Amino acid sequence: MITKQKSRVDACFERRSEDSKIMSLFITAGYPDLESTVDLILGFEKNGADIIELGMPFSDPLADGPTIQYASNVAIANGITMKKIFQMVKEVRKSSQIPIILMGYINPVLRYGIDEFCREAAECGADGLILPDSPPEESSLIADAAKNNNLDMIYLVAPNSTDARMKKVDELSSGFVYCVSVTGVTGARQGEEVARSVERFIGRVNQNVTKNPKLVGFGIKNHDDAFIISKQVDGFIVGSALIDAIRKNYPNNGWMDNVFSFVKELKHG
Amino acid sequence: MKYTAPTKQGYFGKYGGKFVPEILIPALEELEIAYEESLNDPIFQKEYHDLLEEYVGRPTKLTFANRLTDHYGRGKIYFKREDLCHTGAHKINNAIGQLLLARNMGKTRIIAETGAGQHGVATATACAKFGFECVIYMGAEDMERQKLNVDRMKLLGAEVRSVTSGSQTLKDATNEAIRDWVTNVENTFYIIGSVVGPHPYPLMTRNFHTVIGEETKEQLRHAEGRLPDYLVACVGGGSNAIGFFYPFIDDEDVKMIGIEAAGLGADTDQTAATLTIGSPGVLHGSLSYLLHDSEGQVQLAHSISAGLDYPGIGPEHSHLHDTKRVHYFGITDQQAMDAVKLTSEMEGIIPAIETAHAMAYLEKLMPLTQKDEVVVVNCSGRGDKDMKTISEWFS
Ligand SMILES: Cc1ncc(COP(=O)(O)O)c(C=O)c1O
Repeated sequence: MITKQKSRVDACFERRSEDSKIMSLFITAGYPDLESTVDLILGFEKNGADIIELGMPFSDPLADGPTIQYASNVAIANGITMKKIFQMVKEVRKSSQIPIILMGYINPVLRYGIDEFCREAAECGADGLILPDSPPEESSLIADAAKNNNLDMIYLVAPNSTDARMKKVDELSSGFVYCVSVTGVTGARQGEEVARSVERFIGRVNQNVTKNPKLVGFGIKNHDDAFIISKQVDGFIVGSALIDAIRKNYPNNGWMDNVFSFVKELKHG
Repeated sequence: MKYTAPTKQGYFGKYGGKFVPEILIPALEELEIAYEESLNDPIFQKEYHDLLEEYVGRPTKLTFANRLTDHYGRGKIYFKREDLCHTGAHKINNAIGQLLLARNMGKTRIIAETGAGQHGVATATACAKFGFECVIYMGAEDMERQKLNVDRMKLLGAEVRSVTSGSQTLKDATNEAIRDWVTNVENTFYIIGSVVGPHPYPLMTRNFHTVIGEETKEQLRHAEGRLPDYLVACVGGGSNAIGFFYPFIDDEDVKMIGIEAAGLGADTDQTAATLTIGSPGVLHGSLSYLLHDSEGQVQLAHSISAGLDYPGIGPEHSHLHDTKRVHYFGITDQQAMDAVKLTSEMEGIIPAIETAHAMAYLEKLMPLTQKDEVVVVNCSGRGDKDMKTISEWFS
């Protein structure tokens, strides 16, 4: 009998010690340029990232705020393609076992071909998928192909998700469940506002999502935000604030080191 | 076999669905329930139909186009006069229906996207009539070419937000409206202007427009004592067309033709002929034909008509295209503008440029018809809003 190898995502959560949090970082593939993505990922890992969410750019990112819209547009203008994204993952895998989740909108995946996409994503070393515009209702389109290739499907819960829905998301997801801390597009809110509204929501999440680990994201700007918000879950996700840090520094001398300092600060304060 | 689409999950054949962020799912479920209740609620139905009659001015007329009929010398041509609706286009049938739902659901703030501005004007009008806060998203390019409608929306008390991302047209206005909705979902109702978006919008919007086809059927029975041979309508997202077609869909002898905007030509990259050259994809919440490149990046559409300048199409039209129940063809900017002129000069009706795409197809269709055949064109809107574009084109 073939025993399934433990996934990199599961292993990552098992390694977590009680007093630390998993830090998942979102970066748009091909932003700020095609050459930097792999180095950024490897540097993020060295500076405390536990999981990478690698954004697959889409022309019409309707769940994203201005920051990620901007990064997507730059990446598309830079000539990003799905093949290049797979190549980046492959390159990272030469020297790193950090879990990589591909995150993006369903259309580029559909266009590539669901089966081909899942097979090639898995072959190059990606670990899972987050498709924010493909909720559980539409999961039948991709769930089997993902499963056959041992890719985790990660669904989202939001403050307005009912208890029943949270349970359903928990059941359908593997790897972890993505908790969207506020209603809104990515990057929209200030940290304090997020922190205030999030407690009750996380309480409900913990009652209903019991099978999977939980990461919370949307609107986290710094270490303090992150640790307040993720107190009752396994960790946190930062996206827009990281892209903003890149945007502020690129292409000045030493821009990457400045970004890595920001990452280190996010994790360790 | 009787036509029954969509399924409970919102699928027309393989098209449709609910491809939206988790945050919007509860809002869509709430809307589905409210919409279903409204169907069996005599108070809602009476209020809606009274408004159509007393405020919108329905039923709209069916006009025999005698000079155009003589001009082509074949079948008889009729126009269904949606241009006579209050605000100047069919869009208000849907805007009022959705606004009543929003009110019954306790929402206090209305948002909408608009291309030609007709849906924006219809929504702003309904909001004025019922005292609702109203925000309209409109591409910067469209604000330029449909300035009259921008001024109308403002006068009606709406806030018009200029959208400068992407092609600065309808697609981008829709992205921004969805982002607003995701952010303000608690108190905000999104009135979508065509049979696009996630379920139940394509179903609901269709049903608010089927009054067009129902009236046509009745009026033609009076005028000709029979069903039409051909129905012709322009298709942007596809709301005027589906409202016109749907009541005839099980009448197999009625041939239906949807006209897309081919822009500079369906064989150029300056086109909006989604069904002619597109392929299935997901945009704005549903799976349908889409203009996108080999990487799945949505392409910028082009049409001289702001209301048809959209790289997607309603999922039901994709289904009707695949099943060949409706046939779809492209009409170029040039052909449409020629039809604006011809219809104005021969019938005393200045059609919207969107509508003129349907009129233009008569050039191809009429020579193929017999003397005793009947063709009805849906005259979806009037052309006042387009006078700037029209004057520039013919100067
Ligand atoms: C007069 C008129 N006709 C047609 C359309 C296209 O929309 P639909 O295809 O939904 O009828 C518009 C859209 O703005 C319009 O204003």
